[in-house]
Amino acid sequence: MTNVHLEQLKRSLVIMKKDVLIYYLKGPVIIFGILIPLFLFLAFLSGSKNLPIDFLVAGLIGMTMLFTATSVSPVITPWESQMNTLERLMSCPISISTLILGDMLASVIFGTLISLVPVLIGFILGVSIFHPIILVLGIILASLCFSALGLLLATPPTNVPSNVMMVSSLVKFPLVFISGIFIPLENMPFWGKVIASFSPLTYFMDITRYSLQNSSYYHIILDFGVMIIFTIILYSLAVFLHKRTLQMRI
Amino acid sequence: MTFAVEVRNLVKSYNGITAVNGVNFKVKEGEIFGFLGPNGAGKTTTVRILTGIIKPDSGEIRVLGYDIEKEPIKAKEHLGVVPETSNTYVDLSARQNILLMAGLYGVSKKDAGERADELLRKFNLYKRRDDKVKGFSKGMKQRLILAMALIHDPQLLFLDEPTSGLDVQSSYLIREMLLKLLDEGKTIFLTTHNLEEANKLCGRVAIISHGKIAAIDTPDNLKKMIKKLNLVELTFEKPVPLEELYKLDEIHNVEIKGDKFYLNTDDVNNLMLALTEYVSLKNNKIISFNTLEPTLEEVFLDVTKEVSSDD
Repeated sequence: MTNVHLEQLKRSLVIMKKDVLIYYLKGPVIIFGILIPLFLFLAFLSGSKNLPIDFLVAGLIGMTMLFTATSVSPVITPWESQMNTLERLMSCPISISTLILGDMLASVIFGTLISLVPVLIGFILGVSIFHPIILVLGIILASLCFSALGLLLATPPTNVPSNVMMVSSLVKFPLVFISGIFIPLENMPFWGKVIASFSPLTYFMDITRYSLQNSSYYHIILDFGVMIIFTIILYSLAVFLHKRTLQMRI
Repeated sequence: MTFAVEVRNLVKSYNGITAVNGVNFKVKEGEIFGFLGPNGAGKTTTVRILTGIIKPDSGEIRVLGYDIEKEPIKAKEHLGVVPETSNTYVDLSARQNILLMAGLYGVSKKDAGERADELLRKFNLYKRRDDKVKGFSKGMKQRLILAMALIHDPQLLFLDEPTSGLDVQSSYLIREMLLKLLDEGKTIFLTTHNLEEANKLCGRVAIISHGKIAAIDTPDNLKKMIKKLNLVELTFEKPVPLEELYKLDEIHNVEIKGDKFYLNTDDVNNLMLALTEYVSLKNNKIISFNTLEPTLEEVFLDVTKEVSSDD
């Protein structure tokens, strides 16, 4: 890594720190990050009492990860633009990929830490973790992947956060239903499996089920490989689109 | 001569409307260069292009020797920018805002802390350094924004309307600071609506109108440019009928405001001699006699009107 890249990486960390201080360390953000997936899970639990608890906790981890890693990252850029701080950032010696990486890292920290809450709930409910290292690696990779997804959702050049939230919900909720959270992949029809294979959440769910239930639909290496590919594609696409739309926000 | 900024044939359009249309100018190192123009003339677009925030459609821009399109990061390392619509992070303290900028400009932690405190003192914000910016007045915020732009000790400063809408004290403090920076050898690119400010601070001034440079020179030379006729202000001891003044060949036009007469002439010396002869004949006296120069405001109105009528 050259000095220039190292310097840009350091500046990404400065952006990350700024995001954490300004956007993530807020009571409502943290509480809603935990409550929304928890309520969805409880609603699901009340209707499916015959499913094993480890299956349900794995689903809760998946939902929490998706909702927390994509909760704030899509609205940071519209917020910054609305608050007139984006122009200042764009005048600093940082590339757009540095800016996006900083936003992504803040989201990764938030997603990773909040996802530990359902893991703790699992402990309390007596769920055992067969592969803790795989679970931790999976959580970190998933938080990277879904944070990149969140930043991709931030690319439409609108300065109204609620518009982005609407688009974001239109993407997130269908993902929950097609990714094997409520219906195990093996019980899905063929067309369901085909659709599920296009969702990164499917592979994260497979990793969590492997970690908690010691069984997975795909090979665990394939799950990690596909998630890494999804992360690279989503991040690159987010950077590419932000380069095109960021100027339109000023 | 070395130039801090060189702009050639700069063009930028938005949705088919040309905001900047073939702009050319150079900013010398170590000068305060004023950039004036009416609203919508293309000032902010030009500043945004020069600071690498937006890309031009065409043209060549060199900032401190760097091509801003090809090497934006290297150029930005040496620039301090106060954008027109800039804001601070209101949920952070004044010191945190400055340190954030220090991090983004790669200033070491040790230097950043010392310099942040020094700037906070200079801008009279030290006592409020740990307070959230949320409670700051507009003047305090603007002083903080300038302090943020100076954290990395930039060679070249771009200031877009830095004193717009500020209280007298904050405006004065900012103007004093700009003059100190000039003494330190910094180059300052100042966009302003305040013509008096431009007149006092700027070594040279460019006036942009309808996306084109309408005039560029020192404030004094710009004033001379429209000094087609000299204007003389005088008062007499006794009333003088207007028609009698028009009989003097040296007078082209007369206006009366209160007890003052404003006479246009192209030869002040001959006018003075003619008036002396006239008052002695009429047993009158000249109480005061002043030659007036056009203000920068008049230059501004004159040149922007010319460009507008060209369109």
